[in-house]
Amino acid sequence: MMLSQYVPVLFIIGLGIFFAVFAVVASRLLGPRRINPAKASPYECGMITLGPTHQAIPIKYYIIAMLFLVFDLEVVFLYPWAVIFRTLGVFGFVEMMIFIFILLVGFIYIWKKGALEWE
Amino acid sequence: MAGNVFYWIVFVGTALTAIFAAVMVITRRSPIHSAMFLILNFLCIAVLYLLLNSQFIAIVQVMIYAGAIMMLVIFVIMLLNVEEEERRRKISASPAQIIGVVLVLILFAQLIYGVGVYVLPGEWSEFTRERITQIGDIKAVAGLLFTKFLFPFEVASILLLVGIIGAVILSKKER
Repeated sequence: MMLSQYVPVLFIIGLGIFFAVFAVVASRLLGPRRINPAKASPYECGMITLGPTHQAIPIKYYIIAMLFLVFDLEVVFLYPWAVIFRTLGVFGFVEMMIFIFILLVGFIYIWKKGALEWE
Repeated sequence: MAGNVFYWIVFVGTALTAIFAAVMVITRRSPIHSAMFLILNFLCIAVLYLLLNSQFIAIVQVMIYAGAIMMLVIFVIMLLNVEEEERRRKISASPAQIIGVVLVLILFAQLIYGVGVYVLPGEWSEFTRERITQIGDIKAVAGLLFTKFLFPFEVASILLLVGIIGAVILSKKER
């Protein structure tokens, strides 16, 4: 089984969980807990928030996330292409250039449209 | 033999965690909690892909689904501000939910039938488990994607372009 190759990954995950749990538990056990109203407030300095805190966020965050997702997917296709780039030769180069060109049209579109600007 | 036992422990543990996370996704009241359990579910599915010797799909599952798409889902939850609304709503069976349950049961029956009756192509095609292990999973994917499935690959770029334009038109006001 090739599964034994993933034991280091499992070890890292375990170490990560251990570190997170250790930090919380140790500070809970070792740290003194003397709570006063000022300490227990969400912000020690500044005003206490008024009204509901779950406000709808502006849509401009959404478009950045959406565009990130699209170009992230493009990179995913580049990865297997890069692995066999040499065996594909010119043919592979041309097909990937067509792929990138179509997305480049989209990139120029969002650039000209001002979708990347933060107003 | 010992490796096989380890394989089964990992498989059963991951599969049960995935089912647990999926149940938590649909039972949580807070959409953000549901989203967090959905990330756990996606990570479990990534491990299942690793067990099937599909390293590339596992990486994509973590990067695209657990990373980028869940980020988008959480952004949409914050954008719509459903948090308070959802807490107040009572859970009751509407006609749409009943139809949904029936459709899911039909899909589940089809899956059971499909797995039971058909031999999965990975076992009898030229890409057997031994071959994949030998040439590497990513090379196997790439070799097919950029030759046999070239047209769907190029069409995917147009699909992404449509996604870009759709996002811009939905969220950008004309100036």
